[in-house]
Amino acid sequence: MLVRNGWFDPRTMDGAGPPGPPECCKPDMAIPTRAATGRRWLASRDALRHLVRMTSHLRRLENESILILREVAAEFRAPVMLYSIGKDSAVMLHLAMKAFHPGRPPFPLLHVDTTWKFREMIAFRDQTAARLGLTLISHTNEDGRAQGINPFDHGSSYYTHIMKTEALKQALRQHGFDAAFGGARRDEEKSRAKERILSFRTAAHGWDPKDQRPELWNLYNTRIAAGESIRAFPLSNWTELDVWQYIQAENIPIVPLYLAAPRPVVHRDNMLIMVDDERMRLRPGEIPETRMIRFRTLGCYPLTGAVDSNATTIEQIVEEMTVSRTSEREGRAIDHDEAGSMEKKKREGYF
Amino acid sequence: MDGSSQAGPMPKPLPGNSALLRFLTCGSVDDGKSTLIGRLLYDTKRILADQMVALEKDSRRFGTTGPDLDLALLVDGLEAEREQGITIDVAYRYFATDRRSFIVADTPGHEQYTRNMATGASTADLAILLVDARHGIMTQTRRHAFIANLLGVRHLVLAVNKIDLVGYDQARFDQVAASFEEMASGFGFASVRAIPISARYGDNVTEASEQLAWYGGPTLLAHLEQVDLVDASAASGQPFRMPVQWVNRPDLDFRGYSGTVASGCIRPGDPIVVAGSGRESRVARIVTMDGDLARAGAGDAVTLTLADELDISRGDVFAQPDARPEVSDQFAARIVWMDDAPLLPGRSYLLKLGTRTVTASVSTLKHKVDINTYDRLAAKELRLNEIGTCNLSLASPIAFDPYEQSRTMGAFILIDRLTNRTAGAGMIKFGLRRATNIHRQATSVSKQARAAQNRQKPCVLWFTGLSGSGKSSISDLVERALHAQGHRTYLLDGDNIRHGLSRDLGFSQPSRVENIRRVGEVTKLFVDAGLIVLASFISPFRAERRMVRDMLEPGEFIEVFVDTPLEICKARDPKGLYRKALAGEITNFTGVDSPYEAPEQPELLLEGGAFEPASLAERVLDLLRVRGVIGSE
Repeated sequence: MLVRNGWFDPRTMDGAGPPGPPECCKPDMAIPTRAATGRRWLASRDALRHLVRMTSHLRRLENESILILREVAAEFRAPVMLYSIGKDSAVMLHLAMKAFHPGRPPFPLLHVDTTWKFREMIAFRDQTAARLGLTLISHTNEDGRAQGINPFDHGSSYYTHIMKTEALKQALRQHGFDAAFGGARRDEEKSRAKERILSFRTAAHGWDPKDQRPELWNLYNTRIAAGESIRAFPLSNWTELDVWQYIQAENIPIVPLYLAAPRPVVHRDNMLIMVDDERMRLRPGEIPETRMIRFRTLGCYPLTGAVDSNATTIEQIVEEMTVSRTSEREGRAIDHDEAGSMEKKKREGYF
Repeated sequence: MDGSSQAGPMPKPLPGNSALLRFLTCGSVDDGKSTLIGRLLYDTKRILADQMVALEKDSRRFGTTGPDLDLALLVDGLEAEREQGITIDVAYRYFATDRRSFIVADTPGHEQYTRNMATGASTADLAILLVDARHGIMTQTRRHAFIANLLGVRHLVLAVNKIDLVGYDQARFDQVAASFEEMASGFGFASVRAIPISARYGDNVTEASEQLAWYGGPTLLAHLEQVDLVDASAASGQPFRMPVQWVNRPDLDFRGYSGTVASGCIRPGDPIVVAGSGRESRVARIVTMDGDLARAGAGDAVTLTLADELDISRGDVFAQPDARPEVSDQFAARIVWMDDAPLLPGRSYLLKLGTRTVTASVSTLKHKVDINTYDRLAAKELRLNEIGTCNLSLASPIAFDPYEQSRTMGAFILIDRLTNRTAGAGMIKFGLRRATNIHRQATSVSKQARAAQNRQKPCVLWFTGLSGSGKSSISDLVERALHAQGHRTYLLDGDNIRHGLSRDLGFSQPSRVENIRRVGEVTKLFVDAGLIVLASFISPFRAERRMVRDMLEPGEFIEVFVDTPLEICKARDPKGLYRKALAGEITNFTGVDSPYEAPEQPELLLEGGAFEPASLAERVLDLLRVRGVIGSE
C-alpha cells in the first residue's frame, strides 16, 4: 500500500497488507535466476545458507538489531521506519521482516521524497513495498516543492534543510509518530559515533549531543513525554563492510545503482554526478560521458557522487571494499558543507 | 530483475570469521585515549583517504601535536570537544583484523563523566586503562578498575602510554606494572596485563618497537586478538532464560513468543516454566524466518511456540523448570547514580530489567563506596557518579538472577518518573525475602493468628536517644508492666546485642548501619512471631531508623524519642562512657564526636530530663492502649 502525503493512521495498520506471508519469506523461494548471462541456478534458501557462511560476527549484529526492533515496536505507541531505499535501509528492512516473522513488521515505512531521488530508487521503493506487502508513506514537503526548492539554485545545505529535514519533521508530526527507525551507523561519521541507539528528540525534534541518556547493556529507556520522540538506530554497531557482507550472505535485494554499469556522468566539484533525468542542469563546458560507475551511497542524484568501478556483483563490491581507500560519505555533497556539518544538521532534526 | 540477482553458483566463504571483542578505553584527560584509538584505527587501515584529508585540515586547526597529525581528532567528533580538547561523551569505534572484529567504547575519564564509563563498560569484555608513564597509577586508575570490575568486565589491560617520554625506560615500566598488578589483584579479573606503548609514535600498539626490545610480551593489538573470551563458567551449564519481548500473533493460528535468549540454550521438546506464574509447558518450535531451529543459545533472537496455551505477555521470563530464577519484590543491588538529582531512599522510580518495567524504590541505602579508596561510607543519598549498595523494594515481584551470573538477568536501570531520564544503573547482588513464596504456602499459622492468641497487636517500640538518656530504664519499666498484664514481649538492648549478634561490629558509620540492620531483621522476626518488641538503641541516624520502619508493616514501628539534654546525660554518665569519650579513650561516641540526628516526627517524645522514668513509662503504655496494641482493660 502506497500512501502519498496522505493521512495515515498507524492504529489501522493491522491487516493493511495482503494476506499470507510476503514473497520473500516463503521458505523455499527460488534464488533469482541469472537469465541475462544464460546461467541458470536454483537452490532452496536453506541450501544457500549452507553455502554462504554467516559469520558469528554478523550473527551477533543481526541478533542485536532484532532485539532493538522488537523493543521499540513493543514500547512505543506509533513507530515508523524511515526507509531511504539505500543499502542500509535494505538491511534494516530485512531485519524487521526477521524480527516479526511470521508476522509482519507492526509499523509502516516512511520515505521522505525530495523529488530529486534517482528514478531507479523510486521504482525499487515501490516494488519493495509491494513485494513485502508493507504500507509505505511517501512524504514530500509541498511548500518546498511549490517554491521550487532545488539543489541547483538553493545550494545543498538549504535544499537539504527544506526538502529533507523539514519534510521529515512534517511527516513525523502529521502522523503522530513517536519513534522512527533509521539506518544510520556509528562508523559513518564522527558525530554519529556518539549517538545512542535510542536517540532522544525534543518536541521540536532537536538533538542535544551533550545531554544524551546513558545507554547500558541492552536496556533501552523508552519513556518520553507527550510530543517528544525518539530515533532508533538498529544498525548502530554495523560497519559498511558488515552491511555488504550481510547483503551477500542473506541475498538481500538492493537498488541496481550500487552495481557498476555504464552510466552518463559529468565531472563536477571533484565528484562524478550522474545525469539521471532531463532536469539535470549542465554547467558550461560539461558534456556527459558514459563511464563504468557505481554508487556507494544513494541520495539525491545531483548531490551524489559515483565511483569508477567494475564491481557488477555483491561479491565484487565486498572485494572492492576491502581495498578501498575512501569512505562512503565522500560521495555526499551535504557532508562537506562546513566543519561539524552533520552535527549541525542533526541538532536541527536531520536524521 | 533487480540488482539482487548477483548470486554466483559458489559464493566464497566470507572473510573475517572471527569472534567479536568489545572493549573500552579509559584514562584521564591527558593520558592519550583518543590518540590511542586513532592509532589503532590508523594502523589497522581504517582511516581512509578522504578522512586523512579532513584529519590534516583538522590537525592544523585544532591539533595539539605541533606539526604532526593529531590522531585524537579522528575520534573527538563533537565541535565542543575539538574546541576544549577533551572527550565529552562515550563514542563507539569499529575496526577489524584478520582474527577479530572490535567495537571500541571510548569513555572520558574525568570525574563528572563516570556514568559514561559505566555505560561503555556495561557491554565490554575488556577494559584498557591508560596511564601516563610519567605519572603511573593515579586515583583515576583505581576508579576505572573499580568501575570495570563492578560492571563485570572480565579482562583488564594497563596501557602504560607515553613510554617515549620516560626514555623507553624498563625500570619505570616495571614499577608502574607492579603497582598496577597489586591494585588489580584484589578484584578477580580473568586476566590482567600491563603493556608499554607510545600511542603517538605507534610503539608497541600494533607493531613491536625496537625501543622496547626489553619488553617480551605481545603488542597491544596482539593481546586484543589473543585474549581468551570463552568464559568457562558461563559456557557450561548456565540455566536457560528468555525474557518475552514481543507476543507474535499474526493470526489465530499462530501464537509465538519472541525474545533474545539471555542464557543457556533450548531445544524443541524441552520443558519450560514461566518464572512469575510458575506455569509449565514444553517448547514446540523455535521459529525464525530462516526456518525452524533445532537449538537456540544465548544471544539468539528467536520466537518460541509452546505445546500448551498459557497466558503469557511481554515481561514474562521463560526458564528451565529445574533451575529457576529468583522471583522477588526485594533484592540487594549495587547502583551507579547517573542523574543530577540524587537518589533518595523511599522515592519512587521506574525499574527496567530485561523486558519488564515496574515501580521501585530504594528501601535501604546500605552504604556508598568511595571509589578512590574503596572505603564504605554511610550515606543518605547517592549523588551523580556515586556508587552505592542498596536494598530495593518493587511494586510487584520480578524474575532475576544475580548480576555475576547473568548480565542480562541481573542488570537494571532506574528511570526518573518525572523527567524520564535514565537516572541509575543497577547490578543485583541477591534477592531478599527469598522464602516469601514458600512461606505463604507452607505456614498456615499467620502473624495475625499468633497475635490474636496473644491478645495483642505485634509491634516494636523503638527507643532512640543519647547514651544515658534513660532509654533502658524506661523500656525496662514498660516491659515489666506489659509482662504483668500477660502480654508477650521481648526486649532488645543495644549493649546485649553487641555482646552476641553484633559482636563482630565496631562503631564506624557502616558498622552502625549494619548493626541496626541486624536488629531490624531480628525485630521483624519477633513481630512476625506476634510479640511486642522493645528495642533500646541509640540509633543516631534517621536513615537507619527509617530502614527498620520500612522493613515492617505500616503502624508496626513506634518510634519513641527519649529526648534528654546532652548535659544531663553527661552528668548521669551511668557507665562512665562520656568521661572516657571526652578523654579521647573512645571514638565515634554519639554526642561527643559522632552526631545524633533527632527524629523529626516520632510517634512519642519523652522529655527524659524533666520527668521520672516511671511516669514516662506510663505515657508509653497509654500510647499502646490508644493505638490498640494492648487492650484498655
